[in-house]
This record gives sequence, structure tokens and C-alpha cells, in this order.
Amino acid sequence: MKKRRALKDPRGEAALFQRRSLVGFALIVLGLIALSGRFFYLQVMRHDEFVTRSENNRVKPKVIPPARGLIYDRNGVLLADNVPAFRLEVVPEQVPDMSAMLAQIGAVVPLDPDDVADFRKRLKQSRRFESVPLKMHLSEDDIARFAINRWRFPGVDVVPYLTRHYPYGQLFAHVIGYVGRIDADDLKRLNPDRYQGTSHVGRSGIERSYEDMLHGTPGYELVEVNADGRTQRVLETHAPVPGKNLYLSIDVRIQKATMAAFDGRAGSAVAIDPRNGQVLAMVSVPSFDPNLFVNGISSADYKALTTAPDKPLYNRALRGVYPPGSTVKPFLALGGLAYGIRKPQDTVLSTGEFCLPGASRCYRDDKRGGDGVVDMVKAIEKSTNTYFYKLALDLGIDRLSEWMGRFGFGRKTGIDLEGEENGILPSREWKMEHSRQPWYPGETIIAGIGQGYWAVTPLQLAHAVSILAGKGIPRAPKLVMATQDGVDAPKLPVPNPPTGPSLVSDPAHLDVIKQGMEAVVASGTGAKQFIGFPLVVAGKSGTAERFSRTTSAYDTNKNTAYLAARHRAWFEAFAPADDPKIAVVAMLEAGAWGAEAAGPIVRTVMETWLATPEGASARPPPAPAVPADGPVAAGRGATQ
Amino acid sequence: MIGMLYARMRRFMRRILTRPRIDLPLAAGLLMLATVGLVTLYSAGGGDLRLVGGQAARFVLGAALLLLISRIPPTVLRSWTPWLYAGSTALLVVVAILGEGRGADRWLDLGFMRFQPSELLKLTMPMMAAWYLHPRQLPPSWKDMAVVGLLIAVPAGLIAKQPDLGTALLVAGAGGFALFLSGVAWWRIGLLVGIAASMVPVGWHFMHQYQRDRVLTLLNPEADPLGNGWHIIQSQIAVGSGGIFGKGWLHGTQSRLDFLPEHTTDFIFAVFSEEFGLVGVVALLALYAFIIGRCLWIAMEARDTYSRLLAGAIAMSFFVYVFVNGGMIAGMLPVVGVPLPFVSYGGTSAVSLLSGFGVLMSIHANRKMHD
Repeated sequence: MKKRRALKDPRGEAALFQRRSLVGFALIVLGLIALSGRFFYLQVMRHDEFVTRSENNRVKPKVIPPARGLIYDRNGVLLADNVPAFRLEVVPEQVPDMSAMLAQIGAVVPLDPDDVADFRKRLKQSRRFESVPLKMHLSEDDIARFAINRWRFPGVDVVPYLTRHYPYGQLFAHVIGYVGRIDADDLKRLNPDRYQGTSHVGRSGIERSYEDMLHGTPGYELVEVNADGRTQRVLETHAPVPGKNLYLSIDVRIQKATMAAFDGRAGSAVAIDPRNGQVLAMVSVPSFDPNLFVNGISSADYKALTTAPDKPLYNRALRGVYPPGSTVKPFLALGGLAYGIRKPQDTVLSTGEFCLPGASRCYRDDKRGGDGVVDMVKAIEKSTNTYFYKLALDLGIDRLSEWMGRFGFGRKTGIDLEGEENGILPSREWKMEHSRQPWYPGETIIAGIGQGYWAVTPLQLAHAVSILAGKGIPRAPKLVMATQDGVDAPKLPVPNPPTGPSLVSDPAHLDVIKQGMEAVVASGTGAKQFIGFPLVVAGKSGTAERFSRTTSAYDTNKNTAYLAARHRAWFEAFAPADDPKIAVVAMLEAGAWGAEAAGPIVRTVMETWLATPEGASARPPPAPAVPADGPVAAGRGATQ
Repeated sequence: MIGMLYARMRRFMRRILTRPRIDLPLAAGLLMLATVGLVTLYSAGGGDLRLVGGQAARFVLGAALLLLISRIPPTVLRSWTPWLYAGSTALLVVVAILGEGRGADRWLDLGFMRFQPSELLKLTMPMMAAWYLHPRQLPPSWKDMAVVGLLIAVPAGLIAKQPDLGTALLVAGAGGFALFLSGVAWWRIGLLVGIAASMVPVGWHFMHQYQRDRVLTLLNPEADPLGNGWHIIQSQIAVGSGGIFGKGWLHGTQSRLDFLPEHTTDFIFAVFSEEFGLVGVVALLALYAFIIGRCLWIAMEARDTYSRLLAGAIAMSFFVYVFVNGGMIAGMLPVVGVPLPFVSYGGTSAVSLLSGFGVLMSIHANRKMHD
């Protein structure tokens, strides 16, 4: 080819163009073949890999949390319910700018600083593709406003959920407890597979101790999602197994009446069916609204609860320890009989003062001048200290604490709740362990009237009384009487077998103690409180001193308010005395005298119980010869 | 005077409207392509008939333009060429001035419609290159090459500055193909390509950060799978999961569930690959090859240098569309805004492409007569 041509050469140019075109076309075909090769590589060689990735894109497993089991009272009254609610959830990986989102969404759905702080904490703990709740319990306004603005917030969505609701509020706060949001510590302890998608866990009470049964097993569904992670349709569903429903042995009517009887005064009461250990009522006053805790309690509410002087969060029934005072006397008397140290007819002269030989300090009776000559029944009826000082001395501290320990003092009762206190059962070992001091005989004497080192919880005492009432057969108190797999499934009773053989070798011993306790109610310290009550009640009051005495002088101040500030008032009782079906203990933190202050509470519990079907069966058949106004109690009283 | 002008107009119009000008194989190929495009668009758009209707309307408008242009003889086109080129380049300057400081502004608002002047250059650029080379001695001298290079560089530079690298590349390519077809010696081509390659680092320096990111992302898309790598990864997943026979029409999950971005426009080829598989892809590429081949055939049959170079350049730049778009969705080339001809949904692309084919029809109608 010449470098330069003088003239245009149309034919040559056409030929040149033709060659170039053919070369160009060849290059184009080569290019298209290369492109096809690339498609072959992607669509054939790497096909499986991309199919998997496309499926992973499209199909996401989604956990369906199980519905938490419901909690009913013994008659099927709903005490803990699941109600539908809505919350705001965020999928972190779909939010382009988290800080900006949080700043902007506040204008749409009002957020507390608590919510945001909580959310940020959860954000650190969760994986990027898992949704994290931002705000619980949205109002209808919140939902409506968010619906309009949803497009502005990719990765944020309103999600329905079931939230726990306690229709009786504070009535069961110390029994059922409450659920709370799962936090970092819970995450460490809980099985992550079972708790996927679950936001709440039992924090206290039944909700905590029966967490395993109440929770259930999560199910899952395979859903098709789009690129925003929004569900398009459900491909497969594996239903969750809801938690078991629980039936408490508590009767909501008794519980309510018991709570009301306290009239806001701090204290606690526990009622147990001695035949099976079932708890019929368990109250700690004051109480609180457990619903506050479910969706995160506000710091103001929490502060109010923790700083209240009478500590509403404190479960007195389970954790409050108090000197039992005279309530231990019937147990001690039974110990005297069991060890053969006392016969029922053995008497003691009460002069108002009891002194150890050679000791300068003496121990007094409640009554100046004493009760005169008393036998065992009389000593229980009159609560004669001198009788029990001597009995305690004769038993000795070792046998005393060994015997009382059998009734569950000084250790947990084994009720189906967590967080029980042990209390203190005075003993040589306990003292050595705690103060590295030997035991002094004087300490045995005051242990005989439930003072000194003694510390018991209301539940412990109720437990002991129910053993006494239940023919000495030891049995742990139990709150849950039946479980149920679903609303329509049959109720499965929860057995509560005795923990050992009867503590009483001779039933005659028990009759003596009962006789003494019946006398307490008929003519003794508790007589005024049970006038007109249709059943024979066996009871014992206790007035424990909050502070140790500095002198042995009688305190002559009879002002009730003054005494109430110094005394704990106890009353323990069971009925009907000859075939006990209910055992009750009531305690007021500030009560002048045991029977006067705590007795009426016990009576209220028993009266309410009598009105229930279980209680009605215990009512004596109406005898035409007997006058209407509580003839039985009066009649027994006359025999004393 | 007015009578004379009127008579000339009438003569011109009659010439345009009476002569039959259509190459049937090419028309059939285009019709098939448009049908495939509409069918794919129906699926990619999630069954939105308004989308398909809008696209069909553009095809009709484009076809009308094609018929109109096909009746303008190449000689007339050639005589208009400098004015068309100058006019479209001037519009680019207007856009550059109006769009100052507003980021990527490629649009000119005419009140009743908005259009991209850069779209015009896709046609006026090869026209200008062919016009310049038409009377010259071929193969062109260094001087002629330099002039054509300058004619290419001015509008391509303006477009690249918009910034619209994809269109700039297509416009420059169209001019370059005219040069290539004019018979520039291979060693000169080699020399130029070598110089261009050595300029790559300099070009890199002048690129926008997002443009550099696109190139870097291509090398390792998994480095930022939810950001820069998203397009490439999701597009490859769509293509790869299609397999040999595809997931079937309307069954492409990647596009239906919005994992595939811009699945009605630049990434529609991925939807097609997902639903029709390798078989569909090869068939579609074959259809493109047929159309390009037919265009080159028309170019070889053309009567003069201007027609030949113009037809050839249009045909070869058509290939560039297909190759760049296909390479992009298959993860071979960086993400550049180049639509798949007649398949991607979109504005002026279909209309300007059909205008180009109108020119080809006209060249075909005025081919050499083999008698």
C-alpha cells in the first residue's frame, strides 16, 4: 500500500472498507463469544453457588416465639394474661445511618432517653440482621404516625407481640411476680435457641420459678423477603409450642380479703391447706403493680418504689424475718411431750418472774404476779412464759433446736418460689458459726418464748403450723396445684408428697396441744377475735419485741401506738380444730398485741375461705338444738 | 420567491414520502428485539402495564422517526451534517453552563420535554467524522486523524465532564469506529492504543471518587457487599442463579424481590438472564450479532464513503452498547450507565437508536446498484 495517493480511489476505498468491516465484524463476534463465555461461567460453572445465594437472599427463617403460659387461680380465674400490643423494631443492617434514624424517628414516635439508651445497649449485643426492639407498647397514635412515615425509615417496622398483663395488679405481685425484658445477663444464662424471638423472661415469683414451663418452645416459619427484608409471603410454618398454663392453689377471693384485712398496714399473711400443703393465700403488704415492670419501668416509678419507707418491693412472706415470739410455744410444748420431759398434767407455778439459780437477772411473765399454777393446756392458753422458760431449760438448747428444726425453722420451706430466707433457728452451732461465742443458758430461756436469736419468715411459721395441723406430716408449701398443656387440655395435678413420716409419734400429744390452742381462741388471748365464728379454731398469738430489753422492769405504758412501734404482732391458727383444713399465719410489723392486731386478719381469712366451696364443706351441719351465735367455740371454752 | 420555496418543499416532501426505503431483514430483527424488550420489561417491572405501554409508545415514536429519516437521502444528510454536529455540540455547552454547580446535570428542559443533548451526539458524532473523511484521501493522514480526533474530543470531553463517562465512551467510540473503518493503518492503531493505555494513570487521577470506586469494586465486590459491591453481586447472583434454562418468565426472584437494583433500566439484562438462562442469553446475543452483521452488510453496499463510514460506525457502536451493558451485569466491566438497546426501559435511548437505524435504512435505500 502506498503511503500517499494523489487522487481518491473509490474502488480501493470500498475494498479497504470491506476488509475493515469484516475484521470489525470478526472482532464483534469474538467479543460476543467472550461475553457468552462469561455468562457460561456464571450460569453453568458457578450456577449452584449462585442458586444458593439467591435462595439465601430470598428465604429467611423467622422465629415465632411461643405464647407464654397463662396463670389461673384454683378456680380458673385468670391472673396473668397475654394481651396483644405493638412495638417498634429495627433491623440494624438495613438502617443506612443509625444515629440519623434515631434522631429523626423521635419526631414520629416519641422516644424516652431510657428507650434509646436501652436500644443502644441491645444493639451492641445483637447480630446485624436480627431485629432489635426500640420501643415497646406503642399507642395507636404512634402506630398511625409511623405508618405514614414508614418509607423514611428502612429497616424499622411495627411488630405485633403479646405482652404480659396482670389483671389483679398488686394483689399477686409477691406471688406471681412479673416478667421483664431480657437483658445481657439473661442472655448469658438462657438457651439462645429457646429464647430466640422472645423479649421477656420471668423475673420474680411464679413467673421466675416456673419459667421453664411457662416459656414453651419457639416455632419458625420460612418467609420470602424482599431486599428491604420485608416479608412477602410465608413458605412454610412450624408452629411453636405454647408454654404450660399454671393453676395456683390460691383462691383469688381469699387473697383479696386477706390483702384488704391489712388495710395498708405492713405485714404478711399466709394460708395453707394442711392436708396437701397447698397455699390458699399469700400476702405481703404493701405491694406494687407488677404491670409497671413488664415493658420496662420508668426510672421515676422505680425510684418511688425503692425509696418508699415501707418497701413495697420487699416480699415479707418469703424474705421478711421476725422473732416469732409466743407462736413457738405450742411447738415447744409438743417437744416436751415427745421427749418425755413433760406430761400434760405437770404444773408450774408462775409468779411473774423466773430467775436462774445464782443469776442476778430474771425473766418475766407478761402478767404482773403471774398466772399461778398452770398445766400445759393452761400455759398455752395464757401464754405463760415461766412454764416455757422451764421447759426450754429442761429440754436444753440442743434438743430444742433439733425439735424445732423438724418443723422447718431455720431453713427454706421448699415452696415453689425462689428467694426464700432461711431465718434463724437458735442453736449452739449457729451461734458458734456467727459470733464465735459459746452458748449461755440464759439464751436457752428466751429461746423458749421465741425471742433472742430467733428469726422466722411468715411463710416458715405458716409451714410449721400446717405441719402441726396436718397431723405432724411434713410437707413443703406449694403454690402450683395443676398444669395444663393448652386451654382445652385436661388439667394435670401437681403432686406434693410428704417430705417424711409424721413428726408426732403419739397422736395423744397432738390432742393436748390442740386443746391448749383451742383454749387460746375460746377463752385465752385470742378469745375476743373469734366470737361467733362457726368453726372450732385452734390458735396462738405472738407478740414479739423488736428491741431487746434493757431492764427486767415491767413496762407500764399501755398506749397502743407506743406498743405497736415496739412489737411485732403474730397470730397463728388452724380450723376446724378436730380435722384441720386451713392453717393461717398473719403478722403485722407494727402491732401492739398479737391476738388483737393479727387475730382479726386470721379470722377474715378463715371467714372468706368458709364462703368458698372448699371452706363450705368444713362447715358443721346445722344442728337445730344449737343456738346460732357460735355455740361450738363457746361450748369448748366452757370446758376449760 | 415564496412560490419557489413552496415548490421546493413540496418536491422534497414528495421524495421523502414516496420511495420505499426499508431493509426487511433489519426491520424484522429490530421488531424481534423490541418484542423481547417489552416482554422482559413486563416481568422486570412487576407486571406494570403502564411501564410497558410507555416503552411501546417510545418505540412507535422511534419507528416514525426511523421511517422519516429513512426517506432523507444520505447526500442530504451529509449536507446537513456540519450544522447538526455544531448544533448538538452547542447544546452540550448550554447544558454545561446551565448545569454549573448542580452535580450531574445532563438534561435540557424544553418545557414540554426534557432530553439529553449527549444523546444527539451518538448520531451526529459519527456523521461528522464520516463527513470530514468523505472527501479525503483514505486511509487518512496523521493530520486528518488529528482533526477527527479533535472533533471527537470536544463533545466527548464535554459529556465526560457532566459527568457521564458511559455516554462519553459511546460517543468517542462512534467517532473512533469511523476512523477505524476508514482504514487507518494497523500500526497507527497500535500506537494510539499504546498511548491511550499509558494515559490510564493520568485518567485515573482525573476521575471522580465514585468512578474509581466502581472500578475498584469490580476487582473485589465482596469488600463492600451492601454498598458499592451490591449492584455487581446481586446482578451476578441473578445471572448465575438463572442457570442454563432460567427460572422462567415472571419467576426471577432477584428482580421481583428488589434485590436487583435498577432492574427495569441498566440492569434489565440480569433479569433477562435470570429468567431465560444461558439459552436465552446466547439467543439474544445472536440476535444482536445478526442486527450488527446486517448493518455492516448495508455499510458495505453503501454508495459513497460518507454512507459507508456512517453506517459502519453506527453498527459498531451498537455493539459497544451490548458489550458494555452485558459486561457490566456479568461483572466483567465496571458499573457504567449504558442501557441495553431496545430492552432497557428509558427515555431518549430507544428514540435516538431508532433514528440511527433510520439513517441506515436511508443508506440502504441509496445503495450501489448492482446491475
